[in-house]
Amino acid sequence: MKEIVIISGKGGTGKTSLTASFAALARPLVVADCDVDAPDLYLVAEPKTIKHEKFIGGKKAFIRNDLCSACGKCLELCRFEAVRHDGLGNDTTSSTYRIVTEACEGCGVCVHFCPNEAIDFKEQIVGSWYLSNSRFGPMAHAELHPGGENSGRLVTLVRDQAKRLAEGNRLDLILIDGPPGIGCPVIASVTGTDLVVIVTESTVAGLHDLKRAIELSAHFNITTVVIINRFDINAGKVAEIKKHLKRASIPLVGLIPYDPDFSRAQINCLSLVEYANSKTSEAIRKAWGKIISLLDLEQEGVRDRQRDETSPAIKS
Amino acid sequence: MKIAIASGKGGTGKTTLAVNLSAMLAGYRSDVTYVDCDVEEPDGHLFLHPDITDTETINLMVPAVDESKCNGCGKCGEICNFSAILPLGERVLTFTDLCHGCGGCSLVCPRGAIREVAVEVGDVALGLSNGLRFVQGRIKVGKVQSPLLIRQAKARANGRGLNIIDSPPGTACPAVEALSGCDYIILVAEPTPFGLNDMKLAVGLIRMLGIPYGTVINRHDMGDNRLRQYCRREGVEILLEIPEDRTIAEISAEGDILIDLLPRYAREMEKLVAKLKPKLIK
Repeated sequence: MKEIVIISGKGGTGKTSLTASFAALARPLVVADCDVDAPDLYLVAEPKTIKHEKFIGGKKAFIRNDLCSACGKCLELCRFEAVRHDGLGNDTTSSTYRIVTEACEGCGVCVHFCPNEAIDFKEQIVGSWYLSNSRFGPMAHAELHPGGENSGRLVTLVRDQAKRLAEGNRLDLILIDGPPGIGCPVIASVTGTDLVVIVTESTVAGLHDLKRAIELSAHFNITTVVIINRFDINAGKVAEIKKHLKRASIPLVGLIPYDPDFSRAQINCLSLVEYANSKTSEAIRKAWGKIISLLDLEQEGVRDRQRDETSPAIKS
Repeated sequence: MKIAIASGKGGTGKTTLAVNLSAMLAGYRSDVTYVDCDVEEPDGHLFLHPDITDTETINLMVPAVDESKCNGCGKCGEICNFSAILPLGERVLTFTDLCHGCGGCSLVCPRGAIREVAVEVGDVALGLSNGLRFVQGRIKVGKVQSPLLIRQAKARANGRGLNIIDSPPGTACPAVEALSGCDYIILVAEPTPFGLNDMKLAVGLIRMLGIPYGTVINRHDMGDNRLRQYCRREGVEILLEIPEDRTIAEISAEGDILIDLLPRYAREMEKLVAKLKPKLIK
């Protein structure tokens, strides 16, 4: 089984649009949307959900204002600026302390050291995860509630579920739509994968963010390839990106033009390769061909499987 | 006064708007600070070209255990909610990549066997760009403490004068850290299905935080009308609509400021400033 993850560093370079196109070219395969706080792949993949579970992110502290003596210990110990002295009063004090839930890190230090045992530590449901049948094959996806913590753990959960789907359906390829940035959900998306595909664009910000994304995949020692989207915006930046890739010994596997069809395909709930037969769709096909050849997937039966038209329905 | 520039979806044009708005406001008043809180991929400096006057290392305090003092009580492992410290008899393993730096283990240790040591997780740079003050938080590659860097960058800018907070995308903890405590939020949106979906999520977060907000629709003639319908239905104020314009993309690709080179864009920014003015009076 192979896992390919699409990341970008910079947001909005076309990760999800390319993931959808690759999935359409490769189906059936397992798709996993690990951009859990802005998941968009479902808008194109049209998943029919067969399993839905709540995600418990972690605990948060809540001060019981009937028990708080306003000693201020919690304020003194909290390193996350989550404590305010503006809670309701009670018999012993005119104003108790209060935890700002969004700022609470869930460390539990205040809970442990409160001399009045006035702080509850409660598990929080911060999202949901789903197993579905999508147009491209079985799909694992999730959504984090606004402000939810522990996106990294949710990403790991989605990836574990995707692996189970792959095993249960005898599919040997998982395509992961990753989040932007290089932080904790990105690290959870890339660790242990077989190939990182970084989608950048021919802009000063695209190049800057690409360098940091490459550093990240190098840090975790994962084979990495790059696609430049909207390469025709700035030829000078393409040359700079190529120079950087050469120095880092990273293959450039695709140059995708600036194309308003990406938006039109989205509006029609299609991937670009399904929507248009054009220079752009050809460029995407070529890029996918190179990615697949890098993974030696033919030898693992992908070619046979692509001939097989059986439905990718999830086996219960 | 803090105004955040945010978006659910990445790449809608947050940084472009933030640097151009900051540069324009700095022409009117001398107390404007651009604060780059997209600490995983901070790009504002690529456009503002600030002279950096000071860089400060940001550290996380993580446990270092003196096993000769450990009596194997296991309390450090009990208090840690992040699996960052694992007592095994009188041996203690630490996993500093998982540590949030709460200090619980060293506080709870009855033998004083745990002290805290600094691990570098990023830096905050301070500078100046044509009269505009510049603050940038930047996380070290491979580290996960984005909220800490955001908190530190905002603290350096201090909310004095007018702070323009360039926020990270999404709706998870980094976005919450950047937006919390702001006086107004400008959501940069895109009229595509992905743009609308992520806009809804971002509005959900902002309503939870209870901060007044409005939206700038970028590339407004690009997608369909559903975003505008959503804004009307939900009472989201549309502050400005910027057309799809290849020249904007080309100038930004080079790392230039649009208000200097593209008069039609400068006029759009002036319209935005005029709309914001009543909101800036507090």
